[in-house]
Formats: sequence, structure tokens, C-alpha cells
Amino acid sequence: MIQPADWVALGITLKLAALTTLILLLLGTPLAWWLARSRWRFRFLVEALVALPLVLPPTVLGFYLLLALGPRGPLGAASQWLWGEPLAFSFTGLVIGSVVYSLPFVVQPLTSAFNSLGSRPLEVAATLRAGTWDRFVSVVLPLARPGFLTAAVLGFAHTLGEFGVVLMIGGNIPGETQVLSIAIYDHVESLDYSRAHWLSGGLLLFSFVLLLAVYGFNRRLSLVKP
Amino acid sequence: MIDPLNQRAERLTVQFEIHRGDFRLAVDLELPGQGVTGVVGPSGCGKTSLLRAVAGLDRVEGGRLVLGDQIWQSPTGFRPTHKRRLGYVFQEASLFEHLSVRANLEYGWRRIPARERRLSPETLTQWLNLGPLFSRPVSALSGGERQRLAIGRALATSPDLLLMDEPLASLDPASKQAILPYLETLHDSLSIPVLYVSHAPEEVARLADHLVVMAPGRVLASGPLNQILTRTDLQLAQADDAAAVLTGIVDGHDDHYALTRVALDGGMLTLTRQSHRPGQRVRLRVAARDVSLTLSPSTDTSILNCLPVAVTGLTPHDASRITVQLNCGEQPLLARVTRKSADELRLVVGTRCYAQIKTAALL
Repeated sequence: MIQPADWVALGITLKLAALTTLILLLLGTPLAWWLARSRWRFRFLVEALVALPLVLPPTVLGFYLLLALGPRGPLGAASQWLWGEPLAFSFTGLVIGSVVYSLPFVVQPLTSAFNSLGSRPLEVAATLRAGTWDRFVSVVLPLARPGFLTAAVLGFAHTLGEFGVVLMIGGNIPGETQVLSIAIYDHVESLDYSRAHWLSGGLLLFSFVLLLAVYGFNRRLSLVKP
Repeated sequence: MIDPLNQRAERLTVQFEIHRGDFRLAVDLELPGQGVTGVVGPSGCGKTSLLRAVAGLDRVEGGRLVLGDQIWQSPTGFRPTHKRRLGYVFQEASLFEHLSVRANLEYGWRRIPARERRLSPETLTQWLNLGPLFSRPVSALSGGERQRLAIGRALATSPDLLLMDEPLASLDPASKQAILPYLETLHDSLSIPVLYVSHAPEEVARLADHLVVMAPGRVLASGPLNQILTRTDLQLAQADDAAAVLTGIVDGHDDHYALTRVALDGGMLTLTRQSHRPGQRVRLRVAARDVSLTLSPSTDTSILNCLPVAVTGLTPHDASRITVQLNCGEQPLLARVTRKSADELRLVVGTRCYAQIKTAALL
């Protein structure tokens, strides 16, 4: 059965995924908007950077993040100076790592949603006296809703399944940085297959239901519109 | 109908030079502050670019754009689209699919200060007959209904200038015919200036008071509708279906013969029975090929309409025909006759003769 330590790991995992998704939606929306609208010559540089976590082995990403977040890294040193502790092996460090790791999963669906809007609805709104922010809220957000939903769920689900990066920068501190995927790994290492089964099966089911809900909802949205 | 957008006559000054890749467009126009200005020209000549630049949708550096006392653009300043008091009707209605019909209509109306609201959604609903649309989703509207809603939505912002980019071009002929009367109602009821891009001569003849003729990259001519239509140095008067548009007032009806008399300042025209009320102002489209010339007012002819005119210009049309410019009262008129008849009648500039008009279409 699921034991108290596993519930704690589950709680940390969900908290990490939720926080990461929230931050990514806040950061990813302007970034995706810029990627969709910008005509800057070197935009492809940013596109490549955003896509990098897709192709890098998580350990490589984790290694560099560890260096950056550790006491001698720029972010770690800044944190040490501000709060007296580095970011590596802390929950905050995990959040930063997850944001980087899941970035493309949020930015890419948003960019393609913004791209598919085209500029016409925005032009129409501008001729109807809607200012920049007003246009975004009253036209872009509702029209790009399926894109936002996809982005949020992919970001969330991808963070749930994170392993390599978490192991590198979070260590495996129960109650602080031990997430579900690492707890499962631990159980398998110690040949406790029953606990591994409960957690793995639960995660599998949860992820599947989540994706089902999203694709079902997006399909309904696309059926409503011509 | 009272005009809620009653404006003092303001002029619209448009000065632009657009360079984009191979595309160039130079415009220097002074347009009247009221009535419909038709913008015509071959496709690709920059009609839409002109409208987009006026709306501020495309930013053209260094242009100058002034509507009455509002400076929209000068070499030092650029007022963004949402701060220009204009309405824009795109070729495709471009409705907001995520909003209801009513929310579409009220989108711009909600965004202007209450004291600037001179045209209410209710008035527009009545003018454009939008009531039956409210119960349906936007995606279920027909092409003509969508465009009517788009026009209402643009007017609900009580604009000082209305820009229309071929609003009927993507409609089937039946929807087109159904929507034209609404546009005429607007034309008669609103005094704001309208820039109306079109390549359909019929629309222009029905709606425009003023015409801007464009060639690729530049403006060829700009002036009152009939003056431009009858200028033989322009393509319009040399086209096969060249026509003048005369304005007159319905004088009365002859119920016995089912005819309608229309008074022009140069005489009286008789048409088949029309439904217009006496005293109503009407436009008549008179095609050049339907006008023949005689030196004396002949009575032994089946043609009822015979107006005294003076020849003001003669321009060869092809090897056998010439286009004759005439003055009928103060209104220019065109006739297309053979070179042989012109020689036999000894037509020269100044010749006084009679124009026999076979048919005139009431617009």
C-alpha cells in the first residue's frame, strides 16, 4: 500500500508541478507572444534556446543547473548572499530547474496557438478602440484557450514525470526534494516492487486521465467553432 | 432620418509614401469631409494599402494624415489605430467567433466614452435589421448577415471616418443585392466621410459621391463622381460599359403609361414606372452606348428622352467610334457614336445638339 513517506513525496510532486506550471504560464505567455509576433532577424536563436531542453539529456541540463544553483554558481551565490543558503538541494532550486526543463512544453503550444490566430482579430479589435492590453485579454486569451489548456497540462504532466534533473539538483531529501519519480526509483532499488507498483500505476492512470480530459475538451472546442 | 453622427464638414488630408520591397505607393489627397469617396483601380494597385495606412494598421513612416482637427499622423507623431476615431469594415467580416452576435455589435460601443456614443446598438439594429440575428451563434450567420453585423459593429463606435475595403466582394450576387440598400440607407443618413474601396462599377455608381482613381503605385485622379466617370483621359470613360451618373429629382408618375418622370437640371427624363416618391433625389446611370446624338429634337422616334446638350470634348474610342463628352445642364454626360456620324453631324467642341437616351437605369 501507499505509505506516509510516499504521500509526502506525492504532495511535493504535485506542489512542484503546480508551481512550475503557474510560473511557466506567467513567463511563457509573453515569451510565446513575442515568438509568434516578432519579426526580429535572430528570433530563431531564441526559438532554439527554448527548444533545447527537449533534446538535451536531463542529466546534462541537471549538471549545468547544479553548477549554476550551487554555492559557487551565479544563482546559488546570489541566493547564499540574500538568504544565507544556496539553491541546490532545495525545493526552490527544484522549481527553477523544473521551469527550465518544462519550458518548451508550455511555450511551444502557446506559440502555435498565437500563430494560428493570425493578426486579423487583433486588427479588428484595434479598429474598435481596444488598446494593446485590452486586445490581449478580450481577443487573444479567449481565442487561444485550447492552446493555454494544452500548454498547462503538458507543463504539469511533464514536470510530474521529471527525474534526471531533479536527481541532479535536488538530491533525494525526503520531505524536501524527494519527488514521486525518485521515490519509485528508490523502491525499485530496494526491491520493494509492491510500493513501486502503487506509485507507478497511480501516476500512469493520473497522467492518462489528465491527457484524456485535455484532448476531449479541445476537441469539443474545435467542434463548436467552424 | 436624423443623422446622429452630424459632422461639421471636415477635410481628410492623406499624404503617404509607402515603400515595401518592390511595392511603392505615393498618395497626396485632399478628400471631402462628407459623403462616400469611392477608391477604384486595378487589383494590386494599393487600394487596401492606402486604407490600412489611413487606419494606422500599417505604420508608414513620414506620412501625414489629418481629419478635420484631429492629427492622426505627422512626421513627428503617430496615433495608434485604437486611438483613431474610425470604423473599418474588412473584406471578410472578421467577426469575433468567441463572442455572441450582440457582444460583437457592442464590442467597440462599450469601449468609447458614454458621451461619444451617438449611434446606439438599438439604432443600428434597426437600420441594418440585425434583430433576427441575435438568437443565433456567429458561426451560423450567412455571408451577407456577417457583413451587415460587421458594418454595425464598426459604426457602433460612432466613428468620424468609415473605411470600407471591398465589403461586398466576398459575397454572392444575391447577398450583394440584399446589402446594397442598407449601404444606401447609411449613405443617406450619415454625414461622416466614407472611404469605399471597390472594383465593382455598379457599387461605385450607386454609393460614391467622389472618386479616387488609382493606378499601380499612384493616384491618377480624384474628384466628384460624375466628373471622373466622364473624363476621357481616364480608363473609366473609355471602357466599353462607360457611363455617366446623373442626379435628378423624381417629378411625378404617369399612371396611364406606367412611367416615372425625373427632373434633371438639363431637362426631364422619362423612365418605366419606379416606386420612388415624387421629390425624392435619385441617381441615374446612363451608359455612353445608350446615348445617340441628333442636331434637331426629332419627334418621330420611339425614344422618349431627348435632352439639349453641348459638346465639350471628342476622343477616339477605337478605329470606328469616338466618345463624345457632353454637358447636360451642369452635368457631364457621355455618348459613344461612330466617327462617320460625328463627321456627318460636324460635331466639334461647342456644338449644340440633342442627346437621345435609349435607357437610363435608376440606381
